Amino acid sequence: MSNNIVIAAIVAGAVGLGAGYALFSGQAPKTVEKETVTVSSAPAGAGTLDEVRARGKLNCIINTGLAGFAAPDDKGNWTGFDVDFCKAVAAAVLGDATKVNYTTATGKTRFTKLAAGEGEILSRNTTWTFSRDVDLAQTFIGVNYYDGQGFMVPKSLGVKSAKDLDGASVCIQTGTTTELNLAEFFAGNNMKYNPVPIETNAEAQELYKSGRCDVYTTDASGLYATLMSFDNKDDHMVLPEVVSKEPLGPVVRHGDDQWADIVSWVLRAMMAAEEKGITSANVKDLAAKDNKDKEINRLLGKDPLQGISKLGLSPDWAVNVISQVGNYAESFERNLYPLTIQRGLNALSKDGGLHYIPPIK
Amino acid sequence: MSFLSNIWRNEKSREIIIQIFVLFCIGWFLSWLVMNVNANFKALGKDISFEFLFIPAGYDINQYLIDYNNRDSHLRAGIVGLLNTGLVAIFGIILATVMGVALGIIRLSKNWLASKLAYWYVEFTRNVPILLHILLWHGIIINTFPQTRQAINFGELTFLSNRGFYLPKPITESGIEFVYLCFVISLIFSVLFNKYAKRKQDLIGVQYPIFWINTAVIIILPSLAFLLSGLPLSFEIPVLKGFNFRGGLHMSPELAALTFALGIYTAAFIAEIVRAGILAIDKGQREAAESIGLKPSKVMNLVILPQARRVIIPPLTSQYLNLTKNSSLAIAIGYMDLVATLGGISLNQTGREMETMVIVMLIYLSVSLSISAFMNWYNSKVKLVGR
Repeated sequence: MSNNIVIAAIVAGAVGLGAGYALFSGQAPKTVEKETVTVSSAPAGAGTLDEVRARGKLNCIINTGLAGFAAPDDKGNWTGFDVDFCKAVAAAVLGDATKVNYTTATGKTRFTKLAAGEGEILSRNTTWTFSRDVDLAQTFIGVNYYDGQGFMVPKSLGVKSAKDLDGASVCIQTGTTTELNLAEFFAGNNMKYNPVPIETNAEAQELYKSGRCDVYTTDASGLYATLMSFDNKDDHMVLPEVVSKEPLGPVVRHGDDQWADIVSWVLRAMMAAEEKGITSANVKDLAAKDNKDKEINRLLGKDPLQGISKLGLSPDWAVNVISQVGNYAESFERNLYPLTIQRGLNALSKDGGLHYIPPIK
Repeated sequence: MSFLSNIWRNEKSREIIIQIFVLFCIGWFLSWLVMNVNANFKALGKDISFEFLFIPAGYDINQYLIDYNNRDSHLRAGIVGLLNTGLVAIFGIILATVMGVALGIIRLSKNWLASKLAYWYVEFTRNVPILLHILLWHGIIINTFPQTRQAINFGELTFLSNRGFYLPKPITESGIEFVYLCFVISLIFSVLFNKYAKRKQDLIGVQYPIFWINTAVIIILPSLAFLLSGLPLSFEIPVLKGFNFRGGLHMSPELAALTFALGIYTAAFIAEIVRAGILAIDKGQREAAESIGLKPSKVMNLVILPQARRVIIPPLTSQYLNLTKNSSLAIAIGYMDLVATLGGISLNQTGREMETMVIVMLIYLSVSLSISAFMNWYNSKVKLVGR
């Protein structure tokens, strides 16, 4: 008897599965899409802009804490280079740079959070790679910081070059491109190492300081940020080698070209403003008068910029960005100069750097 | 109509109908879930594919029980991680069982101090979350042991530092097979001797010192073989070279911390289970055993524990399962277990969160079910034989 019940139960379960499958696969698009919008609010196609405006706030995914890029200040407000970019987009879209909700993500959770719709932008020193762009169905809208992976060691180790690191224990922040670069660098130089993978930057620093590792490796910018937080900065040094290319930039989901355009042109507007000498101090004056340089006029909404209405932005979008957040140089100087990071590759092309801005026409 | 209402009134058939209905609903819900996930993935432009398992992982793992390098596949990286999970689970289970049984018995001791100490140990340990135990032990090892160059040195053979513990590694040479053979022979002998001694005791009441004889045979026979075959064993001594020790056996601070934390934490629960098991035995059993003149150790080993075992094993199983699952917290200190490799770095490198999580869940499920099955088998061996 009990055997019969088990068999009947299994059959019933299978029938239920089958019936559910038949029903939902038949009308999957309709039933499920409704579910998508109500449950996860992750829109696949257009409409991000409308959604942000309806909410009145921009949701921005940032680092859990990296000095200079995204870290809370003494009043508990998020500040930093990546945070500034969130503010800039909010200023362009909503007219108010303070209307941002911040969501933090570790290296591991960031793409999942973006894909799940927890934010409209991922502004979290994220390296642009082929597989992230293509396979994860995301759009990198440009590079806001050219970085590269470096190594930090205690000076007492007596190491002068990364090539001397054969056999070292290396602390890595896991969930990044760093692991692969490290493996390739050491294999390429026929060296061995002992990886110690750590989930967050803060824990990795603790291990490095306690001597669990000889070396701490992450993006050079992150190393300088980490070094700044040490009490005994002078006992540590960043090795000269940069072993990878790490173009960092903001990311949005695939599928909404309008939103991707908005975000990417906010970044370019900040750089163009630096190029044209527009700063938060003089932007209001420049916007009020007719400038000789017509590109300034178009950027600041004095002359019509063809297509701006297609982006759904008001003509004074760039004025809002620059007056409330500043141009690229201002953001860089405010956040990264205190870490002794130089412009280097991140200067504009006219100053010998890599940032070359398409014309605002 | 009356036929249907008759079916409904019959208790047996009503039960079946309700069960069928419930299972139908569960099946329905599951398929809805799967279809919804599928459709959401499609909407995000992602697909579900397991091809990533076979592409090179590209990252290195600091502890591997099978050969591994960064050109091996994600699948192999996952297996390396699984073996690391297994290693720490086995170490942890051994430590937890030994400590737990000892503590459980000590708690019932008539010695006030010993009993109170065991009590405080249990109360303190089991009321602090396991994650804190892990971080605490890791912190202790990392911050109290010296740096590599000042490692605590035992006769230039064994070194303790905050990079881990380094021991000489035995390396076998030809001729060792003879030693293995003698070891197996001595094991077979001890099993047979056990049976023989038991039968002798049943028949004529003679008691042999089984334990001592067996231990002596198991030690002496292989040792003799070892000497005769010309010491076919050498040791690889760890040597400080460059940044770290090379060679020898290495136990990383992460493995040590995780083993201690899991073992000590779970031991507190096991101690309570053992205590409950012993207390569950009617005190008449103890009194009867004492009245026929058995020593206290014999009372415990021959009368109390064999009966208590039946009460202890089912909850003990769930503690073993907990320990194995808790080992996934390894990620907090950078021990490369299954969650850190396949469910961590592979997930991040490939972006296949759904696929990797499903695989990791299925693996934990099958590991847990295997432990369960083994313990159930053991339970059926020791349970009261029905009469």
